[in-house]
Amino acid sequence: MLKNIIIFKENLYKWTFTILAFSSLLFLSGIVIILFKEGLPIFRKVKIFEFLFGKFWYPTYQPPEFGILPLILGSFLVSIGAMLICVPLGIGSALYLNEIASKKQKAILKPLIEILASIPSVVYGFFGMVVLAPFLQNLLNIPIGLCAFTASLTLGIMATPTVCSIAEDALSYVPNSFREASFALGANRWQTLVKVVIPAAGSGISTAIILGISRAIGETMTVLMVAGGSAIIPKSFFDPVRPMTAAIAAEMGETSIGSDHFYALFAIALILFLITFIFNIIAEIVSRKYRLKLGLAG
Amino acid sequence: MKKDFTQKIGFSLISLSILITLLFLFIIIYFIFIRGIKIISLEFLTQSPRNAMTEGGVAPAILGTFYLTLGAIIFALPLGLACAIYINEYSPKSYILNIIRLSINNLAGVPSVVFGLFGLAVFVKYFKFGVSILSGSLTLGILVLPVIISSSQEALLAIPQSLREASLALGATKWQTIKNIVLPYALPGILTGVILSIGRVAGETAPILFTAAAFYIKGYPKSIFSEVMALPYHIYALMTEGTHPYKQKEIAYGCCLILLCLVLLVSTIAIVIRQKQKKQYYG
Repeated sequence: MLKNIIIFKENLYKWTFTILAFSSLLFLSGIVIILFKEGLPIFRKVKIFEFLFGKFWYPTYQPPEFGILPLILGSFLVSIGAMLICVPLGIGSALYLNEIASKKQKAILKPLIEILASIPSVVYGFFGMVVLAPFLQNLLNIPIGLCAFTASLTLGIMATPTVCSIAEDALSYVPNSFREASFALGANRWQTLVKVVIPAAGSGISTAIILGISRAIGETMTVLMVAGGSAIIPKSFFDPVRPMTAAIAAEMGETSIGSDHFYALFAIALILFLITFIFNIIAEIVSRKYRLKLGLAG
Repeated sequence: MKKDFTQKIGFSLISLSILITLLFLFIIIYFIFIRGIKIISLEFLTQSPRNAMTEGGVAPAILGTFYLTLGAIIFALPLGLACAIYINEYSPKSYILNIIRLSINNLAGVPSVVFGLFGLAVFVKYFKFGVSILSGSLTLGILVLPVIISSSQEALLAIPQSLREASLALGATKWQTIKNIVLPYALPGILTGVILSIGRVAGETAPILFTAAAFYIKGYPKSIFSEVMALPYHIYALMTEGTHPYKQKEIAYGCCLILLCLVLLVSTIAIVIRQKQKKQYYG
């Protein structure tokens, strides 16, 4: 009798967990389904090729034009600019933490950088808008402070702690025996770093870079506030741009549900989703191979 | 000699990069702190906005952020934890499971504005919850669900298999093992993940843009179906809407400082818990 109750209870818990687990999976797969369901209808009106490579984004004109090339270029311009800042700074900081810092320094700096990574993006956006943009406008004598350059700078500062944390993880996986072997052969610390540690951590560092790009492309509030918002193909780094995320965030409030513009914004979200998903998968594969190489599989 | 010189230059560059990183971040915090502290007072923290957002406080926005965060965690924690327990303890190990795990990890990297659109399509439009606390909480909950699943899973994975086997060998059932052995040991790890998600949810703006947030509502929200003011959205709205940009900027500084303190406090707590736990394990 008691045994039956125990078995019943065990099964009850097992099924509760199974049901809860599958409902959360359902929610998560729901995102993909919804994006396709709401994102695909626009392609009945606009050909995929025209949508992706059309040079004009005039969703509210009569007749409207749905070409997202200016938005895609805006996203990539800002992201590449951000990478130029956060890759050297992030990886440099990671190298410092792992190779130069004393134990005491590392115990303070590592958590500090991690805490800084949690600053909300709207705070960065606000800072870019009220401090950085006017400052750069005066300094560089450019017509508009809110432009791709300012957005890149803000986004780059924002992504640096993330890149640093991931790269630092990769560096800390490199076994100490690698370093000792190099020292034993007469190399100094710099030679060991460049010739042994960085190549050994190479794919881990690439993971950090890929995830950094993915984060920069998907970041919304910072670019919405700082990039300037003009949906025209940029000619220089100092032109205002409207990245894909900013277009969604800025325009979704003004569309009526079910209009072409509404579906077009969902299609942009779908493309954004696919881009970041592919980047993340690549990062995952690269880092898995890397762990195998160092014998850390699991 | 030459190789020592190269080392000197190389190490200086590396040191310079971390200095620049920290400098940038301190400048941001410094500006927000110096300008924000001027506006913060008891009134600012406890009153509603007055005079077209130029005076008074931001209490409804603080409260709104609290509601949204609480709602999101209430929704995501049980689901995420159960999912992690199921994957780690109950489900048979298989190839498909690996794919599921990979997808969950990757969903954590999907742009937050995409989650916002999902919330708009499903909760606001399909379930007809409207622009409300409920829609916003659910959207934010789904946003952190992958984060909670993967951090809980990591915590569960870190527990040695021998502990489970010892418990089972003593005659405990699977659930008794999970409840008495696995969860207590995994608790600090799970807690760290949850606290970090709280920080993330509190600061997110894009997912609530079209699912929950309003620039101004009269009084406080009355039910989970009302629109709500929230700190991060309030900062954005103060900078882009309204008619008194100069005065609104000052208030936005104050909001930024509150949000910053909130998020930094929360993530510091999480990191301290983790540090302590590491010490426990590695001596």
